Amino acid sequence: MMTTRIDRRMAKLKAEGRPALVTYFMGGDPDYDTALAIMKALPGAGSDVIELGMPFSDPMADGPAIQAAGLRALKGGQTLAKTLKLASEFRAGDDETPIVLMGYYNPIYIYGVDRFLADAKASGIDGLIVVDLPPEMDEELCIPALKAGVNFIRLATPTTDDKRLPKVLENTSGFVYYVSMTGITGSALADTAKVSAAVRRIKGHTALPVCVGFGVKTAEQARVIGASADGVVVGTAIVNAIANVLGPKGEKTADPAEAVATLVSGLAQGVRSARLAAAE
Amino acid sequence: MNKPAMPNSFRTGPDEQGMFGIFGGRFVAETLMPLILDLEEQWNKAKTDPEFKAELQNLSTHYAGRPSKLYFAEGLTKHLGGAKVYFKREDLNHTGSHKINNCLGQILLAKRMGKKRIIAETGAGQHGVASATVAARFGYPCVVYMGATDVARQSPNVFRMKLLGAEVRPVTAGHGTLKDAMNEALRDWVTNVEDTYYLIGTAAGPHPYPELVRDFQSVIGTEARAQILEQEGRLPDVIIAAVGGGSNAIGLFHPFLDDKDVRIIGIEAGGRGLDGIEHCASMNAGKPGVLHGNRTYLLQDADGQILDGHSISAGLDYPGVGPEHSWLRDSGRVQYEPILDDEALEAFQLTTRVEGIIPALESAHAIAHAMKIVPKMDKDQIVIVNLSGRGDKDVHTVANMLGMEI
Repeated sequence: MMTTRIDRRMAKLKAEGRPALVTYFMGGDPDYDTALAIMKALPGAGSDVIELGMPFSDPMADGPAIQAAGLRALKGGQTLAKTLKLASEFRAGDDETPIVLMGYYNPIYIYGVDRFLADAKASGIDGLIVVDLPPEMDEELCIPALKAGVNFIRLATPTTDDKRLPKVLENTSGFVYYVSMTGITGSALADTAKVSAAVRRIKGHTALPVCVGFGVKTAEQARVIGASADGVVVGTAIVNAIANVLGPKGEKTADPAEAVATLVSGLAQGVRSARLAAAE
Repeated sequence: MNKPAMPNSFRTGPDEQGMFGIFGGRFVAETLMPLILDLEEQWNKAKTDPEFKAELQNLSTHYAGRPSKLYFAEGLTKHLGGAKVYFKREDLNHTGSHKINNCLGQILLAKRMGKKRIIAETGAGQHGVASATVAARFGYPCVVYMGATDVARQSPNVFRMKLLGAEVRPVTAGHGTLKDAMNEALRDWVTNVEDTYYLIGTAAGPHPYPELVRDFQSVIGTEARAQILEQEGRLPDVIIAAVGGGSNAIGLFHPFLDDKDVRIIGIEAGGRGLDGIEHCASMNAGKPGVLHGNRTYLLQDADGQILDGHSISAGLDYPGVGPEHSWLRDSGRVQYEPILDDEALEAFQLTTRVEGIIPALESAHAIAHAMKIVPKMDKDQIVIVNLSGRGDKDVHTVANMLGMEI
């Protein structure tokens, strides 16, 4: 497989000696235009990799914040086609920042796997995280994605033991997403010492970068996790920053893109000081 | 797409990947995968273990009251004036429905796996009650997720679960029905995966659930087949069962699948009609998709977003169906037909009046279809309807529909 924007970005950060800040937000939340403004603001605020959420009606692995974001997006008329359009509009002005689509399989299955991969590639998508496709279902999307030159990023979890890790890592590319806890998005952060130990364990099985997500909400947490991980994923906190500037009827009480940029700048500082802290 | 060739047997699925043709599978988050593989391993050991079989058999007989009767519904038969109608009386089981069959089997699996806590989802509350019952019997804490809409329309069952010591957690997402309850149960499971057993109530979800639930429910069809042979000396012409997720239906159908002269009909909730979106007829009006761990027929929009269905019956109010039913539909072995809310309501009232049996609204859907076809059949023909549960829980809903206050 050829190198992707993800590979290049991760290699560059490794050379700089700092972890990546991976930011998740929901495509189309609260509406298409606002989501595009948010996405465009992310790299400048310090996001290294963008995870673009594909809304789904039944997000089984997500907590209340991301569930609500998905519903706002769907209510605003978001579809998978529009999420791809969002990526391609962003891509027109930024050819460097990697974009990873994250969500559930059904909308992709209904769109059609081959058509989806072709359109995703054309829209400048670099990787996919599909929560409900474990390695046992690799023939569905993972293998076709790899053939199409799109990274398939697998989730590893605390229940993925050493016996199972090789199977999970087998067709993974781009990076490994370590889920810090058994739980849904937005839960409280797990014991950071345990997380670091798990990252080391995974690194013993793969040369791929390991990014850690689920539960990271503050710059301080990003700094601590970033001391051992190759990347820190923040999602719920960003989604909440958007929700916080929406009134009861969905009206904007402040600029969501600005609110996200402020939060991400703080997180970026945390991530950038991670290795300094580790070296202390 | 070419139709797959007719298999020699319809009873060999699923394959090793948990697939029935293109349906089924294991579409779950990685956190759950190790547990699902462990469950599969334990299930494979248990199903051939004589001790497991003996314990389940003992509980089925002395606790649940099996075998359930195969009852000649003489009153309904006379009223309809055609084929002879038999009811498989799952309503007479302990807890009042077929759900106990599966719950007893799975609680024994939970015990073997050393789990400490039971969670379940429920629609009508029948599975919730059966889960709370076996949790009480075996001393497990139990949390039941139930859509808020269903909590309101099935209040007698909610109270029963509470009496049994279970915690009922209302789910307000979506329309507050079975689909939403299942999402929330999956979220609990992913969070408490170490010590929690997810007791799925229907023959759906990730492999091996569709298979093990079917196997625990197949006692219905195995008994019915032996009983009709004894009582009538021959197999029935038609068997009918209602399909929500489809556990009572697959339980009745599976032992008859290779009896090629037996016509098999599954009844979906037609709600207020298939023209609109107020129904739950996923196999008549949906298309294949992936939800809750399996690929199956689903009600969904053009973007793959799952739709909330509608049915008068909380137990049928689910936008999907077990994967084996999807496969049986596509292979043509089983015919799936919709029945409207009003037709089910009429069957509910008729059965109550001419048989002195108050059927669950779910089962009333199956009876309603019998009412359509039986009058056109010969008097020496035989129809078996699965009376999957009793209707005491539905009297409030029915009173509402009839504009009465109780």
